[in-house]
Amino acid sequence: MTDRPGTSTYPSGEGEPLLSVRDLTVTFGRGAKAFRAVDAVSFDVRPGQTVGLVGESGCGKSVTSLAIMRLLPSRGNAVTGSVHFDGEDLLTLSDTQMRDRRGRDVAMIFQDPLSSLNPVVPLGVQVAEVLERHRGMNRGDAGRRAAELLDKVGIPDPTRRLKEYPHQLSGGMRQRALIAMALACEPRLLIADEPTTALDVTIQAQILALLKELVQESGTSLIMITHDLGVVAGLCDEVNVLYGGRIVERARRHDLFARPRHPYTGGLLASIPRLTEGKGRRLTPVPGSVADNIPWEGGCAFAPRCSSEIEVCRERTPELVPDHEGLGPDRLLRCHNPLESNPLDDAPSDEEVRA
Amino acid sequence: MLRFIVRRLLQAVIALFVLSVLLFAWLRSLPGGVVSALLGERGTPENAARLRAQLGLDDPLPVQYWRFLQRALQGDFGVSNGVYRGEPALDVFVQRFPATLELSLFALALALVLAIPLGYVAARRRGGMLDTGSVIFSLVGVAVPVFFLAYVLKYLFAVRWGLLPPSGRQSVGIDATHITNLYVLDGILTREWDAAWDALKHLILPAIALSSIPFAIIFRITRAAVIDVMDEDYVRTARAKGLTSSVIRVRHIMRNALIPVVTIVGLQVGALLGGAVLTEKVFAFQGIGQALAIGFERRDYPVLQVLIMFAALIYIVVNLAVDVAYALIDPRVRTK
Ligand SMILES: Nc1ncnc2c1ncn2[C@@H]1O[C@H](COP(=O)(O)OP(=O)(O)OP(=O)(O)O)[C@@H](O)[C@H]1O
Ligand code: SF4
Ligand SMILES: [Mg+2]
Repeated sequence: MTDRPGTSTYPSGEGEPLLSVRDLTVTFGRGAKAFRAVDAVSFDVRPGQTVGLVGESGCGKSVTSLAIMRLLPSRGNAVTGSVHFDGEDLLTLSDTQMRDRRGRDVAMIFQDPLSSLNPVVPLGVQVAEVLERHRGMNRGDAGRRAAELLDKVGIPDPTRRLKEYPHQLSGGMRQRALIAMALACEPRLLIADEPTTALDVTIQAQILALLKELVQESGTSLIMITHDLGVVAGLCDEVNVLYGGRIVERARRHDLFARPRHPYTGGLLASIPRLTEGKGRRLTPVPGSVADNIPWEGGCAFAPRCSSEIEVCRERTPELVPDHEGLGPDRLLRCHNPLESNPLDDAPSDEEVRA
Repeated sequence: MLRFIVRRLLQAVIALFVLSVLLFAWLRSLPGGVVSALLGERGTPENAARLRAQLGLDDPLPVQYWRFLQRALQGDFGVSNGVYRGEPALDVFVQRFPATLELSLFALALALVLAIPLGYVAARRRGGMLDTGSVIFSLVGVAVPVFFLAYVLKYLFAVRWGLLPPSGRQSVGIDATHITNLYVLDGILTREWDAAWDALKHLILPAIALSSIPFAIIFRITRAAVIDVMDEDYVRTARAKGLTSSVIRVRHIMRNALIPVVTIVGLQVGALLGGAVLTEKVFAFQGIGQALAIGFERRDYPVLQVLIMFAALIYIVVNLAVDVAYALIDPRVRTK
């Protein structure tokens, strides 16, 4: 692939994908009430790569990740498509086989660190139990290793913390503890579902920096789920933008920031706060909300909110096709009337956003 | 933790004091009164007046209460004037309490052992046959009056089919040694197995009758708690770690779901004591419940006073123990 400034760490196209999601579809309910929360989503994650899933609340990010982990409720939904991990389709494994993979090969961290930790079990046990389960360690060894892990994720005085309970830690410390649990068995893939949304802004930056450092050091692949393109800017190699359960645009991070093509992506970019801006500038959120969604059948679901809408948008569903405008490799786009120029004249570079 | 216990004990002392005042006033306001109960047939007005003076019943109520309190604090609660005539009222309690304790513990254990696993399984198979069946069963359990259930059980299993003894704590022919006066435990301690077995058979029917309400309530609380906890994020985290189902069940679901169950068990002690009055009466089980029922019929005030005061004391102590247990399983309470 071409040498592009700023993407030298991008492990592009080399090697087989570690995770290969194809036509992943999750339907809640049946018959007339059936609702596709995730609709034929396909993407790859290569070893060491960080892939972003970005979109507003309700676009299907969490459902996608839970479907990959097979953690959706056992009833009331249907999952189709395939999720190949290291050559095996996770969706066809038995429950026991899947249980062996979770926490060992694929791990996950969640949005709300307080509710994601068991309030009545000491932190040490919650870290050590993963090691006991997958590494066959005994209590003592697992406890010692747990202290090392807490230390590694930047929790001070780890031996004392092991005996403490989640409510005794700050929000940032709790998320660090969850990261320690997820990375305890050195999984090859980590899925982070909005890991910083529930945290203060300053803590958010620390947690993102920690995640970045840990995945780079260990070569772990990362799926980063977020509604915030600012998070993507500092972390992701490749970005998938989701709308209404479908991917509407995919590009490498740098290309996406330089030349967003989908009007929705353009709207998301315009709503990122930037430090170089004067304080007076109002953010421009994407107008409307997911509540305005129309079904994808027979048109573009984004049409009611789109400023580039043309006649065909309400008549034909746009397909996800390669974007050949010379704006970077491997781009995909689902739009009848893409943006021709960056909607922000003063478009921020990703470095600026990261600052 | 210690300060918490001390504070609760002080509250308990105050509560007991208030209760004793109310109880004293209430018992003395009942029609009939101790004098006519004592005199019975020989109740001429002169006899009655003499007895009233003798017992100090003509003094104002506060004076009478003060006298009662002074004696009570020395362990003297007066002498029974009912069927246990002449016996110190406190002895009536002491002799009969082990029977009620044994019955209540057995009934509570029965309720816990059945209700908690069933509540868990029903929650996991919400809407299934087993769930629907046990929910209906538990509704019936609360709705059926204890004494009715006791009569039905006694009629069917004791009178009709003769499978179990209809009344008492131990068969007459059994020559058993008593250490704790918990007969089953005594039989085990002394290795008098036939005595233990006999006492156990006497316990089964009253214990089933007595456990019906605690069972139904504990079942429903467990089921509701498990349903809530199963949807918690931390259970999803546990599953995302690939933990085995037994670790998820015990460490992540039950440890949290049992918190409300512990609270409800404390409250059930009141229901157990109340139910014991009815159950012991039906099965002629010689515990404080039966003594209480007889005491009311005979207006045996000293005995009633002791029994009710101690029942209240037990209730308070158990609830204190529950609060401590609560703090032990829920670290959020402990470190507040
Ligand atoms: N168990 C479920 N039953 C029915 N519908 C569901 C269920 N879980 C999620 N959904 C629906 O699926 C859609 C996608 O939800 P999802 O949680 O994936 O959104 P999200 O992109 O993660 O949003 P957020 O940023 O709020 O986390 C939503 O419309 C949601 O209402
Ligand atoms: S297809 Fe039409 S409506 Fe949909 S995003 Fe593109 S321009 Fe807007
Ligand atoms: Mg979500």
